[in-house]
Amino acid sequence: MAFEDSDVPTAVKIVVAGGFGTGKTTLVGAVSEIPPLRTEELLTEAGTYVDDLAGIEGKETTTVALDFGRITINQRIVLYLFGTPGQNRFWFMWDELATGAIGAVVLVDTRRLDSSFPSIDFFERRNIPFLVAVNMFDDSYDYSIDELRSALDLDSRIPVVKCDARVRQSGKEVLVGLIQHAMSRLEPAAR
Amino acid sequence: MSSRENWWYDEAAGPLVRPYAMVRGRTRPAGELHLITQVLAMPTVSDPSSLSVDHREILDRCARPTSVAELAAHLNVPLVVVKVLLSDLLQRGDIVVHNRPHADVPDRNLLQAVLDGVRGL
Ligand SMILES: Nc1nc2c(ncn2[C@@H]2O[C@H](COP(=O)(O)OP(=O)(O)OP(=O)(O)O)[C@@H](O)[C@H]2O)c(=O)[nH]1
Ligand SMILES: [Mg+2]
Repeated sequence: MAFEDSDVPTAVKIVVAGGFGTGKTTLVGAVSEIPPLRTEELLTEAGTYVDDLAGIEGKETTTVALDFGRITINQRIVLYLFGTPGQNRFWFMWDELATGAIGAVVLVDTRRLDSSFPSIDFFERRNIPFLVAVNMFDDSYDYSIDELRSALDLDSRIPVVKCDARVRQSGKEVLVGLIQHAMSRLEPAAR
Repeated sequence: MSSRENWWYDEAAGPLVRPYAMVRGRTRPAGELHLITQVLAMPTVSDPSSLSVDHREILDRCARPTSVAELAAHLNVPLVVVKVLLSDLLQRGDIVVHNRPHADVPDRNLLQAVLDGVRGL
């Protein structure tokens, strides 16, 4: 018995990155149709993937957690949102997350702008579409978008928006902004 | 149900993976399994009695298409472990898996459909 391709949806993903505690998991949870789930990658002590269980007994291993959510777009498409691990040192995991992704949302906390610099660098260098979403924490100063763009030293084509990661509608607008940005970078549609 | 206790049996010595009677001697996952790979169980399973509890839980969850990441989260095991279990099931012909071309950027039609879907949330 064979399955038609139409029996299985096409899966796409968006990466939610940013510094420690910038609201990544909160944003995933706000837009996901399921409570955020957590999976763990098993790493060797040296910080590389365990890709073979043989001989794993007795070896020191560590885990890195990924939070993710899901949005069923329609019967044929399902979108996954992955929050990057808090520790920035596992870049090879970021590579896997970013491969084939629609793009990335980089969350920024204006009280600690620099904590999101490595995320911005990562997506800039790999030429992956990304949008900067400034998470408006209650006690953060309300900088203008222009001030933020220049403090973050961002190319004028990179969208910068303000958001409240706890609010579904706000998270939805962030995703819409990212997808539109990703589309704007494709070759013009053939007519 | 599998639980973490089945997998990690010595907290002090660090995590140790349960011996793999249950992974049928296979220890390396198949290459086509990624986080968002969709897994679907075949309607009839080749030889259910030879499957472990974990394999059967995967098959139950994959009566509808389910991602590798969701399976790992629900079974509460590291990704590499669920990938190895899935590799067994692939080899037996008990599941099919489906990927977009892994490294390809989504095309305009796909992005437009996702955009419409997100707007309609
Ligand atoms: N006031 C306010 N608090 C927020 C907002 N977003 C997140 N928080 C809070 O900030 C804290 C950190 O949010 P998380 O979503 O866990 O951040 P994270 O980026 O996933 O954190 P790590 O995974 O540890 O790097 C939580 O206590 C949230 O409730 C926001 O928009 N406004
Ligand atoms: Mg988090």
